[in-house]
Amino acid sequence: MRRGGLWALAAVGVLAVAGVVLPRWLVFLLTLAFAKGVAVLSVVVLMRAGLVSFGQGLFFAAAAYAAGFAMRGWGLREALVLVPVGVAVAVLLGAVVGLLVARYRDIFFAMLTLAFSMVLYGVLIKAYTVTGGSDGIRIPTPSVLGISRAGDEARLLVYYLALACTAGSAWLVTRYAQAPAGYLAWAVRDNEVRVAYLGAPVNRIVYGAFLLASGLAGLGGVLTALNVGHVDPGLSYWTTSGELVFVAVLGGSGSVPGALAGAVVYEVLRSYAFKYAPYAWQMMLGAAMLVIILFLPGGLWSPVERWWRRQQA
Amino acid sequence: MSQVLIIGVDGLVFASWLFLVSVGLSLIYGVLRILNVAHGSLFAVGAYSGASLVVAYSQAGNWPWGTLLALPAAALAAGLVLGPLVERGVLRWTYGREPVVQLLVTFSVFLILEDATKLLWGVSPYYAYQPYQLLGQVHIGGIDYPAYSFLLLLVAVVAGGGLWWFVRRTRFGRVVVAVIHDPEMSVALGVNLSRVYVATFALGTVLAALGGAFTAPMISVVPGIGVEVIVLAFAVVVVGGLGSLEGAAVGALLIGLVRAAAVHLLPVLELFTIYLVMAAVLLVRPLGLFGRVEVRRI
Repeated sequence: MRRGGLWALAAVGVLAVAGVVLPRWLVFLLTLAFAKGVAVLSVVVLMRAGLVSFGQGLFFAAAAYAAGFAMRGWGLREALVLVPVGVAVAVLLGAVVGLLVARYRDIFFAMLTLAFSMVLYGVLIKAYTVTGGSDGIRIPTPSVLGISRAGDEARLLVYYLALACTAGSAWLVTRYAQAPAGYLAWAVRDNEVRVAYLGAPVNRIVYGAFLLASGLAGLGGVLTALNVGHVDPGLSYWTTSGELVFVAVLGGSGSVPGALAGAVVYEVLRSYAFKYAPYAWQMMLGAAMLVIILFLPGGLWSPVERWWRRQQA
Repeated sequence: MSQVLIIGVDGLVFASWLFLVSVGLSLIYGVLRILNVAHGSLFAVGAYSGASLVVAYSQAGNWPWGTLLALPAAALAAGLVLGPLVERGVLRWTYGREPVVQLLVTFSVFLILEDATKLLWGVSPYYAYQPYQLLGQVHIGGIDYPAYSFLLLLVAVVAGGGLWWFVRRTRFGRVVVAVIHDPEMSVALGVNLSRVYVATFALGTVLAALGGAFTAPMISVVPGIGVEVIVLAFAVVVVGGLGSLEGAAVGALLIGLVRAAAVHLLPVLELFTIYLVMAAVLLVRPLGLFGRVEVRRI
């Protein structure tokens, strides 16, 4: 795994330089892709345990709104405070919701998480005086490490923040995958009854994975909010969560670099598809997902991974 | 007293709508063991076909009551075309794979159908108010109700009764029940599984489209109407127990009445009643009111 780490460092280095070299719009798009990639990692963590959540938008939106309220209510501007605040809110929410949903599997899990995210969507729409209803709320430009800039330079600051957070999350998820809890989650996916017979606490493993996933989805939400400068209830809508699941499948469920690369490819493709085929881009997404599931079950990253294994053997 | 009556009527009407849009989902799950996320899109396609047929029929200046027949006709056509297409074209390749994969496949079908309806019918709204206007109002307990709501109740009862008769009294229905209980044994006894699957999926699609077609006159048919339906339908089906037809009816009644009560007594809660009922039922009975316990593999 040594070489994997070196590759990751090289990628971070290239992306750090890219922030200065690339045109502004592409930097903005990459920041969005990183934020989405972190949220996709949360789906990847759950998929490791064999669970598909159609409700990660719940944490995505909750953290984004938490950052928004902290900025407007308390006048906070420092991103290094806002990010932990958002993540903490997401994890707390996950701790409560997880108590209920960690007992369920398969479609029950998928649809219950979906229902919870739709409840938040309803709250955000209804509580007009607090959340601004379907218009959402505007988010002021944050400062990073006390440095506050305006315009393009502010975007660049958020870009580096997102890059750092993404690299940290990728490291965290990779470590989790190699830790006992990560291996047990994998075992739960294969056969949960056997795991229970071996004496491992199945529901606690699932609950732990759910907490980690909530935090990651929350981190993605905060980063998105800081980058876009606006939050709206659509962040909690179930199609947002569906998008995350889509990218996870696209990149190969269970693969960290696959998920992040998938997020970048997806964001770029989407911005073009929106421009040239606004009424057919969902259809293309659906068709692409069908093709991948039916013909390339490991995702787009799986040929790369196979090549990697051959190199190491 | 009058408030109880109003809540009862409102709840019954909403329940019949819920039953119509969710019973197909439950049927498909019961037989194919697939939770069809595309159910909402099938509903939307039904709504669009119903609305466009009603509009075309009315503009031709035909016998106005014919619009009431145009709705089920459109649903039948849409369901019989789309159902076999989706099942034969996509779903049959996923039988035997993990439930999660099947969920993702139907999610892809949902994405494709959402845009297909936009490409086929455009994005401007359709108004098919003719059947709604035609029936006028009825007077109950000092309040005027649109008579169309009661037509909805009638359609739900006919659809539910017809389905019950089909499953319990016809030969093919009994084969379907056999497949629900033990697909492997049914195949061993000579049941043609793919035929049962196609027929069931087509029937489920017709039911979804029927729900959509009869909803069309009450709303303006616009892109995106199918999205919420899948969430509602799933809630109903989970409360009743996945795969149980009686469960879908009871779940729809329960949610319909609770929501009507919330609308009149505690309007703030209206949006959440469905999820509250679902969470409460699942806490007490994780498999729903009529759910069957399944043997876990070791």
